[in-house]
Amino acid sequence: MSNKPKFAMYWAASCGGCEIAVLNIHEKILDVDANFDVVFWPVAMDAKYKDVEEMEDKSILLTLFNGSMRNDENEKIAHLMRRKSQILVSFGSCATEGCVPGLANLFPVNEIMDVAFHTVTTDNPNNILPQTSFEVPEGTLHLPTMNSRVKTLAQVVDVDYYMPGCPPESHQIAAVVDLVIQVLQGKAQLPPKGSVIGAGNSTVCDECPRARNVKMIKAFHRIQEVAPLDPTLCILEQGVPCNGPATRSGCNARCPRVGAQCIGCYGPAEGVLDYGARLVTAFASVVDAKEPAEIESILDGIPDPTGQFYRFNLADSLMRASTSNWKKNGH
Amino acid sequence: MSENTPNKPKIGVYTCHCGTNISSMVDVENVRDWAKEHLGSEGVIVSRDYKFMCSSLGQELIEKDIKELGLERVVVAACSPHLHEKTFRGASERAGLNPYLTEMVSIREQVSWVHTDKVVATAKAKSLIAGTVERVAQNAPLEKLKVPINANTLVVGGGISGIQAALEVANAGFHVYLVEREPSIGGHMAQFDKTFPTLDCSACILTPRMVEAGSNPNITLLTWSEVVSVTGFVGAFNVTIKKKARFVNEELCTGCGICWEKCPKSVIDDVYEAGLGYRKAVYTPFAQAVPKYPVIDKPNCTFFQKGTCKACEKFCPTNAIDFNQKDEYLNVEVGNVILATGYDLFDAGRVTNYGYGRLPNVFTSMEFERMCNASGPTGGEITLRDGITKPQTVGIIHCVGSRDKNYNNYCSTICCMQSLKFAHLVKERTGADVYEFYIDMRTAAKSYDEFYQRVLDEGTLFVRGKVAEVTDAARQPHEKGKLIVQVEDTLIGKQRRIPVDMVLLSIGMEPRADAKETGKLFGISCSSDGWFMERHPKLDPISTMTEGIYIAGCATGPKDIPGSVSQGAAAAARVLDKILQKEVELEPIRASVNENKCSGCRICNNLCPFSAISFMPELGITRINPALCQGCGTCVAACPAGAISGTGFSNEQIFAQIDGILMGI
Amino acid sequence: MSEQFEPVIVGFTCNWCSYRAADTAGTARVKYAPNVRLIRLMCSGRLDPTFVMKALAGGADGVLITGCHPGDCHYIEQNYKALRRFLLLRRTLAGLGVEPGRIKLIWASAAEGLKLAHEINQFVEEVRALGPLNWPKWNDQPAEIDAVKEVA
Repeated sequence: MSNKPKFAMYWAASCGGCEIAVLNIHEKILDVDANFDVVFWPVAMDAKYKDVEEMEDKSILLTLFNGSMRNDENEKIAHLMRRKSQILVSFGSCATEGCVPGLANLFPVNEIMDVAFHTVTTDNPNNILPQTSFEVPEGTLHLPTMNSRVKTLAQVVDVDYYMPGCPPESHQIAAVVDLVIQVLQGKAQLPPKGSVIGAGNSTVCDECPRARNVKMIKAFHRIQEVAPLDPTLCILEQGVPCNGPATRSGCNARCPRVGAQCIGCYGPAEGVLDYGARLVTAFASVVDAKEPAEIESILDGIPDPTGQFYRFNLADSLMRASTSNWKKNGH
Repeated sequence: MSENTPNKPKIGVYTCHCGTNISSMVDVENVRDWAKEHLGSEGVIVSRDYKFMCSSLGQELIEKDIKELGLERVVVAACSPHLHEKTFRGASERAGLNPYLTEMVSIREQVSWVHTDKVVATAKAKSLIAGTVERVAQNAPLEKLKVPINANTLVVGGGISGIQAALEVANAGFHVYLVEREPSIGGHMAQFDKTFPTLDCSACILTPRMVEAGSNPNITLLTWSEVVSVTGFVGAFNVTIKKKARFVNEELCTGCGICWEKCPKSVIDDVYEAGLGYRKAVYTPFAQAVPKYPVIDKPNCTFFQKGTCKACEKFCPTNAIDFNQKDEYLNVEVGNVILATGYDLFDAGRVTNYGYGRLPNVFTSMEFERMCNASGPTGGEITLRDGITKPQTVGIIHCVGSRDKNYNNYCSTICCMQSLKFAHLVKERTGADVYEFYIDMRTAAKSYDEFYQRVLDEGTLFVRGKVAEVTDAARQPHEKGKLIVQVEDTLIGKQRRIPVDMVLLSIGMEPRADAKETGKLFGISCSSDGWFMERHPKLDPISTMTEGIYIAGCATGPKDIPGSVSQGAAAAARVLDKILQKEVELEPIRASVNENKCSGCRICNNLCPFSAISFMPELGITRINPALCQGCGTCVAACPAGAISGTGFSNEQIFAQIDGILMGI
Repeated sequence: MSEQFEPVIVGFTCNWCSYRAADTAGTARVKYAPNVRLIRLMCSGRLDPTFVMKALAGGADGVLITGCHPGDCHYIEQNYKALRRFLLLRRTLAGLGVEPGRIKLIWASAAEGLKLAHEINQFVEEVRALGPLNWPKWNDQPAEIDAVKEVA
């Protein structure tokens, strides 16, 4: 074993995009290898939970933890990594705000199971559902139990830093890696605990090159309904709900630059209590109508406001889940 | 006294009995003890009750605690903050505590006076107090903003109210720009013949004031002019005034009148003569006009329409006619603005059942004013539309367009007195029989009811009831050739048909057709019926929500002449007060932008009706001008980046108040 | 004796019309249901949707928002902005299962104490009919997650 500081990366309920984003830092990954001893990274190397459990507490310097808390295994490893790590980073949108898995909080768990195993697209004539424990000759096998709702990492364990994005932009990851290395070399200091790192202080518009005017919207459209989109003008001004105004900067306005509306993966700006509320008020503010009926007809252009405003943030929002979720599942 | 909780400011809670107003429905002692016990962890170190917190002894209690216990926040649970917030903030300030660190809880208006169960009411009082304790902990000390005042004043509208305002300010030695959109000042009052109840000749009392305004060196008179833009804020408004082309050089014109004498084009005078008389295409509205210079009415001038004529130019002895004159734009800096933009008359043609416009001998009140006027179109003769026949019987209908849910709900206040005046004039000049058709008689001002008595004594007949119809369709021989007034006489409970020769419609007042736009221009609002809205309908009827913008006269609602004059003078007094203070203090409830967080998304850019929000294109961010900001907080609530914060009502304060109110639920 | 459900309602008023309407109701001793606890804002335009969510998530069964009548706003037209936000917020909350009837926007002028009292009574009955909301108090670890983010 080398004397290099130890590094770990874990995925809970996630898609793997965060890991790819880390690999996308290209040759910088060699710096990681040069400066760290990678002790645990299930997606990249073989390791057992047992190995981690046997490590001394706080023996891992840096853990990038991605993925949301969907089941008891996710939570168990979250606690484990917390115990073993000095710096635990909530890495990516799933860990930080629940992300797309968090949208499951709009439904009860049994309904999610139903959709997955009983709909017409599923060939399941015998109605077999996954069991959390199953007897086999060798003994009892266990599968993780679904939580009643998806939680963020910080709702389960104490988190040191947050790094938003679905996934975090590679250049931001590279910058964070650089920073940690510099801290190790005594050339820089860590930001205060609880900080958001690898992101900007403003919102996406700050980095968006599109021209912006005073906004007065008479109708909202889906992006494919507006053709061709003016490539130089603010997307929201063209009637397409763009979450950029409320979404933390740091991605360099990646989507608006290529003609797609921001969908909000970098989450809320600094100090914002509820991300969706910011979008409710922002979009309502630019509606150009005074009569309730006309306002309602303009708002019809946003057919799924809850999905529009909470695609990434529901699990971290003030409300966290819908009544159909918590009334069935308890909480 | 309990120990102070670390990280929480030291808070004192003071609960008022208000005699028994509060204590009869809220267990004040219980609230006092509860606050000490349960809110101790929230920073409350002292909780007291007192019979009358607002008394000087009550206030001293607070002051003493601030000094001796080092209180950093004060919560007074008593009446509405609209009553005593100033009182208690003043007490705190005297004791050395920033006034904005003191908050009130309304447990009288919102609890003891409106609820009936003492247990429930006490619980609600506690919940409200808990909310305010949490909120006040988040309060920040605030300082009032000080803005220097430009001593110049803009008065918009040259009716009697505006003239009065302009003279008051000018006579105190300060400069006034008096803007009037008609060619002369004078307003509606210049059209009247007599004024009620004294029967003074309107022109005789008005024209000296007009001349005074026209000649006062401190007044820049800008007639035939309109305000087109206003920027800035109290103390430093920048106003652009459009001086419409008169086509008459004011430097050269002597007002001799040869031009309008020679002008071959007669035009029906819809404004001054209410459509009863004529004027020329080059004209002054009336003989005593101030200023004396005429204007050329371009759409009606033969030269402008056909290219030839120029009679006026030919005969003008001083070469003052200038067909090439262009609209001019004047930029002036003023510290305060008085809006005295007056009213429009209700369009009598809208009440089709009264036949105005269809039945020739139905007249409006303004037509009748002009008819009575010795300098008017009939030379003061009261005649039917044919200009010859004198009426034998006249019916005067009250409340036309007023107190009527089909038109305007409000009472125009002057129509009863105006109608009585008409009755008197008709009697005096023609001896005709006069009927007054009224809903209620409203003669409630000095010497008004005495005048009513006089008209009664003169033999005018009063029929109480709303007229259903005026028609010329006779049913009886004696109705032939007459106008028949169909009315339910509610005093005898019978339908009556009263044949008359002449009907006068006492038409009401309406807000100016462009009052909304004017309001928008100056950043003030109109009430639902369209009149300019006062800061407070009772206690501050001449101020508006926008600092430095005052309102006077009928622009704020129907009024008689004394009312309009008083308001003009009152607005002027307010302006003088501001000028003499040299600077004005503004409430520090303001929004501001954290420029590091602002992304320049421009969501907020259309939200401010006071133009306080502006985008800085070179910086790519938005800024808020603190002197223009009125503190409504709409932009604070709108900012998607959370980059705008508002003092006095910050997110942290409101969040804490919500938490406090829901504590224990 | 059956125990009647007493809803807890948080109300937001503007400083100029609706808060004064509450004053007017008080001065006139108009009696109304004690379930609403009012929070004063300068204008209904100050109403941040977050306030409503925080109240509902914090235990309120309903939220009442009051402002000046359209056209009567002391800040010219900010109540229209409140109206737009309210309508979009109601749609958004409906997606989370909050019945639209739990949040209500009403207009009351300073003179309309009686109207405000009547509206409060009516709203209390409407929310009572909907039953308790009982939004869960999410017992997350660590407890003060939002506070941590706020400090950041």
